[in-house]
Amino acid sequence: MYSYYLTIVLAPLAAAIVAGLFGKQIGRGWAHSITIFAVGLSCVLSFYVLYQMYWGGATSENISVYTWAVTDGLRMEVGFLVDRLTVLMMAVVAFVSFTVHIYTIGYMSDDPGYQRFFSYISLFTFSMLMLVMSNNFLQLFFGWEAVGLVSYLLIGFWFKRETAIFANLKAFLVNRVGDFGFILGIAAIFTFTGSLDYVTVFASAESVAGQSIEVFPGTPWNAMTLICILLFIGAMGKSAQAPLHVWLPDSMEGPTPISALIHAATMVTAGIFMVARMSPLFELSTTALAVVIVIGAITAFFMGLLGIVQNDIKRVVAYSTLSQLGYMTVALGASAYSAAIFHLMTHAFFKALLFLAAGSVIIAMHHEQDIRKMGGVRKYMPITYWTALIGSLALIGFPGTAGFFSKDLLIDAVKESHWHGQGAVYWIAYLSVLLGVFVTALYTFRMFFLVFHGEERMDKETKSHLHETPWVVTLPLVMLAIPSLVIGWPAVEPLLFGGFFGDAIVVQSGHDVLGHMGEAWHGPLALLEHAWQTPVLWLAMAGLATAWFLFLKRPDIPETIQRKFAGIYNLLDRKYYFDDLYIKGFAAWGRGIGDFLWKRGDEDLIDGVLVNGTANSVVRLAGVMRQLQSGYLYTYAFAMIIGLTMFLGWLIWFR
Amino acid sequence: MIGLQHYLTLSAMLFVLSIAGIIINRRNLILLLMCIELMLLAVNFNFIAFSRYLGDETGQVFVFFILTVAAAEAAIGLAILVVLFRNRRSINVQELNTMKG
Repeated sequence: MYSYYLTIVLAPLAAAIVAGLFGKQIGRGWAHSITIFAVGLSCVLSFYVLYQMYWGGATSENISVYTWAVTDGLRMEVGFLVDRLTVLMMAVVAFVSFTVHIYTIGYMSDDPGYQRFFSYISLFTFSMLMLVMSNNFLQLFFGWEAVGLVSYLLIGFWFKRETAIFANLKAFLVNRVGDFGFILGIAAIFTFTGSLDYVTVFASAESVAGQSIEVFPGTPWNAMTLICILLFIGAMGKSAQAPLHVWLPDSMEGPTPISALIHAATMVTAGIFMVARMSPLFELSTTALAVVIVIGAITAFFMGLLGIVQNDIKRVVAYSTLSQLGYMTVALGASAYSAAIFHLMTHAFFKALLFLAAGSVIIAMHHEQDIRKMGGVRKYMPITYWTALIGSLALIGFPGTAGFFSKDLLIDAVKESHWHGQGAVYWIAYLSVLLGVFVTALYTFRMFFLVFHGEERMDKETKSHLHETPWVVTLPLVMLAIPSLVIGWPAVEPLLFGGFFGDAIVVQSGHDVLGHMGEAWHGPLALLEHAWQTPVLWLAMAGLATAWFLFLKRPDIPETIQRKFAGIYNLLDRKYYFDDLYIKGFAAWGRGIGDFLWKRGDEDLIDGVLVNGTANSVVRLAGVMRQLQSGYLYTYAFAMIIGLTMFLGWLIWFR
Repeated sequence: MIGLQHYLTLSAMLFVLSIAGIIINRRNLILLLMCIELMLLAVNFNFIAFSRYLGDETGQVFVFFILTVAAAEAAIGLAILVVLFRNRRSINVQELNTMKG
């Protein structure tokens, strides 16, 4: 198996290097062939490992591949920890990446940066696989930063667009805030356990939980709470949780395949994966879990609301991604790690599908992204229409789709998680995820109806060219639509109740919501029958119906609402003023300090006073001294006599 | 009675006069040379006064040496002055400042 793991990771890297460094020489055809082959190989091998792990009886493996450095007490290694959690993530990442690679052939066909793009996404696949397969915190951090770097490169892929440059800088900076917490968390782990290796750290977790640390003198904090919250700050940056969510909607400036792969399906879920991976740590800190659940709940509900007022097709989906990431975070906070990973998996499929479908519409509309200028696309693009419908239904949790199983059970798990108490934390979490369902259905089908149904609002020129996209675009749509539709049926039982993850995810007995739910589990069919009695389904249907009524039946009403509730509309339109706060607040403040240090500190103090000041004072002193060197004999004579007199005076009076 | 201190005072006055001559005079190089001579004479006065006061002739011998050297020096100085005048057509001290760094 060892050689398989190495191949899975290194094949995309090799392809990225070839396509990136020798793109000009090998040409477009070879660039995409070689990267697709490499990622396809990774994908096939990942599925093989998954198969071996689940049916073939392979056990989890912890392999140290290479020892990078050993210093006093610190071992830096490259290694793989392949257990069932890892292998599921590997399969999801490699599969979505593979479909996106194929899709890219169609989407980027007339772009001059074709080879560069393929190189980047292959590099991304490598980084993400390194992240999920890591067996120590150092490699985790490497993968974490590497995916951040590739994300930066790809958001700014069209580097001549100013908005793209702004967006990638924003993404990078906001992620720095999260990474700052993350690396502090890793440092704290090393301080308390003396190791960066997962297994060692998890083994000594219990003893760490008993210790406390005084960050500020006089206020002792539980060490585990501090570690978990710091790690979660990292997850907040990467998984775009409020208030560090601002970079994700802007990242839609990048090409659509990237939005699907990085900013919906894989990279942004790295935070979710990380928290699930660290479940042995998080389980020991109830406070940290409460923070996680509240942050997730706020993100899930309030980011969903923003999706309702967006007009850019990709931004609607982006806010939906934020909201769904919030759902996963809530599940993490409720100790239902398996539910979070399950939703992560289904979300990866249907959200990548929705993004790719949106991209397909964008190609057909000649890179027009405003849904107000679309409408009635259904009859021109049947495949895109049906796959987008599947994606949308899965997103709102329509019974039978993958999203139904993951979301319904996730909400159930939150409902059952009584160990947070019946206080504010519980109700914030539960109501957010519950009402979020209505909001999700509303914005999803608002977008769906505005794009595919209703009157055709595009101009004549675009309309005459409107037709279904080529097979390289529609094939990935179909490939993703199938799991979006059916993956829930076979996966729900083993993943949530069958103990699929084994000891990869640790849940304390008092927190074991899913175990508790498992006692009342009678198979997916029973859940489907039961669905009609839960509020979740009715809320989703209500959202769908509202969207239908507002945007198809009576398109005049939304405008009236917008006028009547201008205050709320503005609040949503300006995204709760987060951007203003960050750009005009923190960023302007930082730039102010920078300006001050540059102008006053560097130019005035260091350059002006110290460097040039020294030279200037020498010049000035020399100017004075030069007066003494008059060249006149009598001044020299005078100086000699003055000196002589002084020496004589000294001899007489001071000796 | 005229004592040592009177001689020394006269000598000091001559010396200061010559210094003043060097510093204040900015026009004529010949005056400068004369001032230097005067300085030497002031020194000679001291030598003779002390020689007489201490009853030791060595001081008077020194005066002869100094007079000789002064004569030689005056000759060289005047020679330089003549050459200088030939070259610069001036003996104005204020114009002789090309030594300046």
